[in-house]
Amino acid sequence: MSRTAEEIGRTEIGPRPLPPLGEQRAATNLSVVDTVLDNGLRVIAVHQPTVPMVEVRLRIPFAGAEAGHAATAEVLAAAILTGTESRDRVAVDTELALVGGELSAAVDPELLSLGGNALASGFDTLLAVLADALTGATYADDEVAGEKARLIERITVARSKPNVIARQALQRHRYGDHPFTRELPEAADVAKVEPADVRALHQAAVLPRGSVLVLVGDVEPERAIAGAAAALGGWQSEASASVLPALPPVTPGDLLVIDRPGAVQSQIRLSAQSISRTDPRYPALQLANLAFGGFFSSRLVENIREDKGYTYHARSYPEFTPDGATLLIDTDTASDVTAAALLEIRYELGRFALVALEEAEVDIVRQYAIGSLLTSTSSQGGLASQIAALAVLGLGVEWLVGHPDRLKAVTAADVTEAAREFFAPTRFTGVIVGDVSKLAPLDRIGGVRFP
Amino acid sequence: MTVSQPHRYTLANGLRVVLAPDATAPVVGVSVHYDVGFRSEPEGRTGFAHLFEHLMFQGSESLEKLAHFRHVQSSGGTFNGSTHPDYTDYFEVLPSAALERALFLEADRMRAPKLTEENLRNQIDVVKEEIRLNVLNRPYGGFPWILLPPVLFETFPNAHNGYGGFEDLEQATVADCAAFFDTYYAPANAVLTVAGDFTVEGAKELIERHFGDVPARPRPQRPSFAEPPPAAELRADHPDPLAPLPAVAIGYRIPDPIDELDAYLAYLVLAGVLTDGDGSRLQQRLVYGDQLVTEVSAGCGMFGPFEARDPDTFTITAMYSPDADLAPVLAAIDEELERLASTPPDAEELAKITARWAASLHKEHDRIVSRTLALGAFELLYGNPSLVYELPDRISAVTPDAVSAAAKALRPDSRAILTITPSGGAE
Repeated sequence: MSRTAEEIGRTEIGPRPLPPLGEQRAATNLSVVDTVLDNGLRVIAVHQPTVPMVEVRLRIPFAGAEAGHAATAEVLAAAILTGTESRDRVAVDTELALVGGELSAAVDPELLSLGGNALASGFDTLLAVLADALTGATYADDEVAGEKARLIERITVARSKPNVIARQALQRHRYGDHPFTRELPEAADVAKVEPADVRALHQAAVLPRGSVLVLVGDVEPERAIAGAAAALGGWQSEASASVLPALPPVTPGDLLVIDRPGAVQSQIRLSAQSISRTDPRYPALQLANLAFGGFFSSRLVENIREDKGYTYHARSYPEFTPDGATLLIDTDTASDVTAAALLEIRYELGRFALVALEEAEVDIVRQYAIGSLLTSTSSQGGLASQIAALAVLGLGVEWLVGHPDRLKAVTAADVTEAAREFFAPTRFTGVIVGDVSKLAPLDRIGGVRFP
Repeated sequence: MTVSQPHRYTLANGLRVVLAPDATAPVVGVSVHYDVGFRSEPEGRTGFAHLFEHLMFQGSESLEKLAHFRHVQSSGGTFNGSTHPDYTDYFEVLPSAALERALFLEADRMRAPKLTEENLRNQIDVVKEEIRLNVLNRPYGGFPWILLPPVLFETFPNAHNGYGGFEDLEQATVADCAAFFDTYYAPANAVLTVAGDFTVEGAKELIERHFGDVPARPRPQRPSFAEPPPAAELRADHPDPLAPLPAVAIGYRIPDPIDELDAYLAYLVLAGVLTDGDGSRLQQRLVYGDQLVTEVSAGCGMFGPFEARDPDTFTITAMYSPDADLAPVLAAIDEELERLASTPPDAEELAKITARWAASLHKEHDRIVSRTLALGAFELLYGNPSLVYELPDRISAVTPDAVSAAAKALRPDSRAILTITPSGGAE
């Protein structure tokens, strides 16, 4: 049997109508306790017994202005789980493994994040290992030396990746030398870090006051809070964790071209100033962002991927910091269509800022925003990470629970206003990383600055 | 958590169905697994199975181009598809009110996809951008999943690049697409899975309504991809101008994941003993002890276990300093394997692996995407979706002696070694 493509695409009945949506059952109410322990640590515990596991997320504001902070902080994150007075590295791993557990640490210019999970039956073990690291990490000389060496190699690998190169260039372009730009320390700075520096930073900055611990899973919230209070009672300080200073607003301007000789693809990274989640305009902005480039059925993706074939991946998304937010637009395109892709992005931005959105488009993004919130918070890990992200902005579970209603209240006029206010192409700046010898056409459309 | 046995049945047209109701959250997952992956694509058409996966999103008789995405997303859902060595899957996760829509969308493209020249050309461009993004423009692109198979295997199905060469992709025709669809995308060659918040009776009725009249076509004969293991140590080097550090991937052949599941699971446990966690043997030896490598990992399958039939691969990968040599890294790995071969691991060492697997399977179950896809894949590969829930017990039944025997079978004289050599000369 061999049918033609035309024969395959046709049946006797012909096209069929899309079935309507059925009745949607609401999510069951979450049982939550949100409290502050005596040591100043905020703890949010949520009962979600979908599987016999428990998820933990700890977020410690961890900003530092000193030049060497990023390097010391990276070494601290790499070594914080490598041993205490009572547990060496192998003991930490063994205890966690026997309760199906894992813990890891990471740091960025804003936060030290520790996170993991375990079988719910191992909840106390998970907390005990975490608490021991927080209060008694020893940063043994040999462990620090080993972590430094590996960190230097990881940094070398990271710096060879186009998305990292582009992110670093964008950070410098947007914020100069602000501590927020120090996402990846220099290898030379890491080499200078001494174990005593790491111990001192831990003492000064790994602090409960101002930090937040999120516990989600098959543990009753009262018991989770009591467990946390008991395990972390010895973690004490009068000082507060260090919050990143406010960022300067993003200044609109030309796109800076960064040369990466031999590159077969260019990274286009645009950014503009935006508003925080607590701003009354935020729900409308969230929907505007989705319509522009925040999901697959967006103007950006439908244009430069599904119509033009310029890219595999394009998106726009918000980035939040404690004091504000920015909008980002990312895409990667072959060198020979880089200028054409930029032209289309500008066209879509301009059209978005000038022409009112239709109700139908707003309804699609609203349904998507509400539905994807439901699916992304239906797992313990997804819910824990969402709550932790909100908690560092000072928000709680009630914000999450109340958000669908805020989205339902947004009108098409609100979204049109947000598009007009935040998406005008004149508000953006950014970078393009690529092989400059192949990017001459950019000069013809302007608004770019070559090295 | 209570897990009831998934409900299984087959429609008159041969479509196998797995239903796994679970009302813990008001969401549903819908997936279709087709029993064809990149191992089945013809010579001269490398990358075709994946390209065809892209085309399946480009419209069908009732759905214009872009409609599939819009209908899923405007229902509050998410979607994707992926191409594996032996199957291709498509899925949606949505609020449960949208169950019928997802079934409609999957049925429409199973019945009558629109395979057009314009969409084919557009998606060839998109796939080429995907390959530039994931392989050509980044360090370690395709390491090891594209680079190791041609060293370990001899026959085209097992050895070739599943992403495809640009020249092959560009030559794909609409006629190729029609033939591929008619051959491999028959309902009898597919598994439909629905997991989450629904009733069995309601779902069965909707499934009959939408899939019942997808015309039956014969299920294609599944070829054997078997080939003998290498008779020597095979080596190849891949110069990578973007890579800053050298890397190595060692590939070994392992038992048939389907017919010899318990033997296969011993390798899964062995992978854990070798590299899972700071206390594991190769982490201790290579990363923290001798400090020969920056990172090391081991596992079954190029993309994880339970993604392929025989022949499957056990892989150890490591990245090391430009100042270091490969020889001591290999010697240390062989020494650790020999130690395990002569002295089986103790009970606590295996208890760690077992508990971590139990936990990771719980987490997989908790995410509706991975739960749906796992049930479908296990129906397709094993004819037994419940096996997903039996795995923790099967893994904990692996004995120290079985792990020891698995280590012994990873022989230096029957393996492939692929090295990445930084060739950029920058800095």
